[in-house]
Amino acid sequence: MTSTISIKIEFGGGLELLFNNQKSYKIEIPSLVPKDNSTDAESLSTKEKKPADVNYLIHHMRDHMLKERVELFMEKDTVRPGILVLINDTDWELEGEGEYLLKDRDEVVFISTLHGG
Amino acid sequence: MHLPLQDYQRFGRQMILDAIGLPGQIKMREAAVVVVGAGGLGCPALQYMGAAGIGRIGIIDHDRVELSNLQRQILHNEKTLGMYKAESAAEALKRIDSGLKIDVMTVAICAENALELLRPYDIILDCTDNMPTRYLLSDAAVALGKPLVSGAAQKLEGQLSVFNLGPNGPCYRCLYPKPPPRDAVGSCEELGILGAVTGVIGNLQAVETIKIILGQHDSTPSLLLYSAFGFPPFRTVKLRQRKADCPACSNPAENSFSITNTDYVQFCGGVSPNWVEAGLVAGIAGHRIRAKELQELLSSNVPLKVIDVRPRTEYEICQLPGSENVPLKDLLTQPEKYILANSDQDIYVVCRLGNDSQLAADALRRIGSGATVRDVVGGLRAWSKNVDPEFPIY
Repeated sequence: MTSTISIKIEFGGGLELLFNNQKSYKIEIPSLVPKDNSTDAESLSTKEKKPADVNYLIHHMRDHMLKERVELFMEKDTVRPGILVLINDTDWELEGEGEYLLKDRDEVVFISTLHGG
Repeated sequence: MHLPLQDYQRFGRQMILDAIGLPGQIKMREAAVVVVGAGGLGCPALQYMGAAGIGRIGIIDHDRVELSNLQRQILHNEKTLGMYKAESAAEALKRIDSGLKIDVMTVAICAENALELLRPYDIILDCTDNMPTRYLLSDAAVALGKPLVSGAAQKLEGQLSVFNLGPNGPCYRCLYPKPPPRDAVGSCEELGILGAVTGVIGNLQAVETIKIILGQHDSTPSLLLYSAFGFPPFRTVKLRQRKADCPACSNPAENSFSITNTDYVQFCGGVSPNWVEAGLVAGIAGHRIRAKELQELLSSNVPLKVIDVRPRTEYEICQLPGSENVPLKDLLTQPEKYILANSDQDIYVVCRLGNDSQLAADALRRIGSGATVRDVVGGLRAWSKNVDPEFPIY
């Protein structure tokens, strides 16, 4: 049996609209994941592994949770411009961005920048 | 005496605070701040800064007051409809304190005039409502070496940050090096806004500004997130410091970044579409009909179906009698579901302005059943204008 970690995901700035209009999710992901961030069952069992990081989480969200067009959430292999990622209430830039290694019960927040006034 | 005699009484309640005192009040009196945008954020920010006795206040806004502003832009009122917002706001502040020194600027701020307009002030407040101006203000604040108190609000959420504060404070570009794609950006008119949410953020902008004036701002880069109906409603997160490779704020003295050579609108993906005009295009012959023609069909008892593709909440505000609500998203996911059952009936699609209805009608036509599918030019706005003036415009 593979071990998993539990991650809390929150959305802000309207991003929840891309994820079934639900602001908060609690998900389980494997603690070891394919190095190439593929998220299908076969890759999970056969491919070379790395510890789960935020890059993998973003791909998992794209493949299994996103309900709208990919380009509203991702650009290339990361989140699109205008989305800020917070790991346990800290800008992910201070935590190594996508390479941050997720721990059980981490909270990751995805915020879209607002511009109205 | 350090202050006019009356000011001791006027500002006594805040002067007895240890954090302010007489020296703090004098600092405020000597401070000059500029507010860009006298709208939902600018009004409350201006109101509290004016009332607190800030010595010189600039207001930049080229828009005029409209009825749909009054729900949140609390310095304007029915008597100032049609007036420049900057003038209307200045009038309101003068009613609080007739001695205030206010600079009214009714020009649109742009790359060519930004530095000149903002230079006389110590602190800049970003109370604007669009991406290009947010980048412009950030670049200008960096070029002038001034802190930028930035607020934003949309729907039920707000965000607040102070940029370019102290030697390590990030600028807007450090946080958002690239603007989001145009599709991911909407306006208050399209998305909605609760007035009190702009009030919360605008008031906080006034507080941040006063802290900076008093020299009591802890310069830790942070972003405050407010979600009015969420729990907890407030969250503050720690932000990165100035980015070493930021094109705008790393070594501003040496870098080649030029504000006047930047097309901010283009940088942010081009001019925002005018959805009112876009909804009025004639389209391909036979694909669209006028509101008047739809009315004639409806009163002729020809069997037909009217599908309204607005979101449910908007449909519940007002709707054509007999119309069926199928939100655009649902219709695009499964268009066949809405045409098969009615294949012998002609279908007329309607929305708020006549843009979404074109997408929906195209999707229905692609199914290729025998039914004729048309959509209404100008949407319900046109219905209100040309058929039934009693039909609400929102």
